[in-house]
Amino acid sequence: MTPSPTDARPQQKGLPIRVRQVSKTYGRAVALDQVDLDVQSGEFLTLLGPSGSGKTTLLMVLAGFVRPNQGSLHFGERDVLRLAPHKRGVGMVFQSYALFPHLTVAENIAFPLKLRRVPRPEAMRRVEAVLDLVQLPDFGGRGVDALSGGQRQRVALARAIVFEPGILLMDEPLSALDKQLRERMQIELRALHDRLGITTVCVTHDQREALTMSNRIAVIDRGSIIQLGTPKEIYDRPSTRFVADFIGESTFLPVTGSGGTFRLGAQALKLEGYTPPPGANLLMLRPERLALLPEGAPGPDPRYNVITGRVTDIVYQGESVLVQIRLDDGGTVAARVSSARAALGAVPVPGASARLAFAPEDMNLLCGEAG
Amino acid sequence: MKALAAEGPNATELGRDARSERWMLFGLSLPALLLVGLVVVLPIAWLFLLSFQTEGGAFTLANYQRLIDQPSYRRILAMTFEISLTVTAMCIVLGYALAYLLAQLPRRVAGVLMLGVLMPFWTSILVRTYAWLVLLQRDGLINVIGEHLGFWQKPLALVYNMEGTVVGLVHIMLPFMVLPLYNSMRAIDRDYVRGAANLGAGPIQVFWHVYLPLSRPGLFAGGTITFILCLGSYVTPAVLGGGKIVMAANGIAGDVELYFSWGPASAFGVVLLVITLTILFTASRFARLDRIFGGGA
Repeated sequence: MTPSPTDARPQQKGLPIRVRQVSKTYGRAVALDQVDLDVQSGEFLTLLGPSGSGKTTLLMVLAGFVRPNQGSLHFGERDVLRLAPHKRGVGMVFQSYALFPHLTVAENIAFPLKLRRVPRPEAMRRVEAVLDLVQLPDFGGRGVDALSGGQRQRVALARAIVFEPGILLMDEPLSALDKQLRERMQIELRALHDRLGITTVCVTHDQREALTMSNRIAVIDRGSIIQLGTPKEIYDRPSTRFVADFIGESTFLPVTGSGGTFRLGAQALKLEGYTPPPGANLLMLRPERLALLPEGAPGPDPRYNVITGRVTDIVYQGESVLVQIRLDDGGTVAARVSSARAALGAVPVPGASARLAFAPEDMNLLCGEAG
Repeated sequence: MKALAAEGPNATELGRDARSERWMLFGLSLPALLLVGLVVVLPIAWLFLLSFQTEGGAFTLANYQRLIDQPSYRRILAMTFEISLTVTAMCIVLGYALAYLLAQLPRRVAGVLMLGVLMPFWTSILVRTYAWLVLLQRDGLINVIGEHLGFWQKPLALVYNMEGTVVGLVHIMLPFMVLPLYNSMRAIDRDYVRGAANLGAGPIQVFWHVYLPLSRPGLFAGGTITFILCLGSYVTPAVLGGGKIVMAANGIAGDVELYFSWGPASAFGVVLLVITLTILFTASRFARLDRIFGGGA
């Protein structure tokens, strides 16, 4: 939005959100189990989890469409727990977009302004400004039915932010778009958020979306927040097997030991600079973090752990090649080699022996059930 | 696109298959077409013809002239419209509330309650009309209860008048209003209502700005069909109107039964048909006809 000189309204800062002990049950099913969550002012936080995990329920509690059984909820200093949805003043992008089919694009966007009795000329100016912002200038007069999926998504976003709410909620905002458009919109949404500084809570089951857009991710499963952290923390150091499984690919190998020393089979793991959680019994390895050492090459940096095995299968996956390796000490891991390197002959044939190297920052130890 | 080669492999045979398939479909609809032609189109054509004939069979416009000259026909037409409009208006008010309630309930509960709407729908109009007579007459159930509880002292004239006719017609027409309304309300995504609320609309504003406009197709369909069916009602005004309420169909029947004057009766019938078709045509410019009639269960 290019603020005109007359548009001297101070940029509204995003409101922080404080959720405490919020629970919601449907009959015997527990949708939310004593959830605590703090979303900071201006933060982009994503609720990530499988379907039925309670992430959407939590979002609906924030929007006011689901009444929890207990808990407290504050937007800034304001207690909003028992406030009706229309009094909460939060913007929301629905999964279905919920654009009113009997109104034009401009009328849809002006809807919240009309309800707030914004004078007509002012409302029209703001509608135009926000249409520019979502890169749909001159679309105001069109009917909603005439828009493509991506355009609807933008209009829904424009309508949700035109009244400058302190909080923006998004329910699977990109799930209806095709893959290419989705990836472009992820970047756009992120840039828009940086520009507006509006506190944003987004629900998704798409890990890539969460990693791309968020400042922080809350991984939710069975009504509880399992882990809360930056995308890098969540990806590199998942705290449970569930998180590791849900985000990215990983293979797990049982380890023994405690305190400072862990063993994979007979081999002691080098942990320099990494303190694993107490009681860890699983080694988590991501395929793309394993370096496949060329045959006859000298060993890597002594910080690295090296494991050996035999190649069992090679799967061509376009941008990369997935190499399955049965380890000499038992267990199977997968290593990902980029197609570029594979073309250079860096991939051994099935049956060949292979050496894999990983540094302490490429591995993760956690507690969980083996298998 | 390239023009299709007319003489590609098997082009003639495939063309023949397509043609014989079309003949098959036509053959299947033939019995229905014959029936409609025999019992609908033919009588109407006959009626049309009669309306332009003297009793001797010569061509005349006298029958239509009579409709204009005699004030009784105009009174009948005015009363028909008055009753139809009143009934439609009452059906809209009652039907909207009922359909809204049903649309909010879980589908299974709504299905059971819908039976309550449909049950009378499946009962003969005659039976329902006489049932209202039992309820509304001078020493009927409502008057007995009202007097017993002291709401009124003398029996109220609830039937053999306009009020009784309207009550009976509203009851008969209500399903035709509720069904399309219910369907169109069920089609309203909950997200629209939530979206409006999220944007700052209180319950009344949500209804006025979103729910009502989105349910308008059902309202329109229900209103049109109710009004048209009312125009042609015969039994209910005959029984509950006590001879004082003469709607178009009653007027036509009277002409035929009392005076054996087929000409004027036919002319009146043609006028009624033209009015109905005009309303349908006008309605079809605002909504698709199959939606209007597809509203049923």
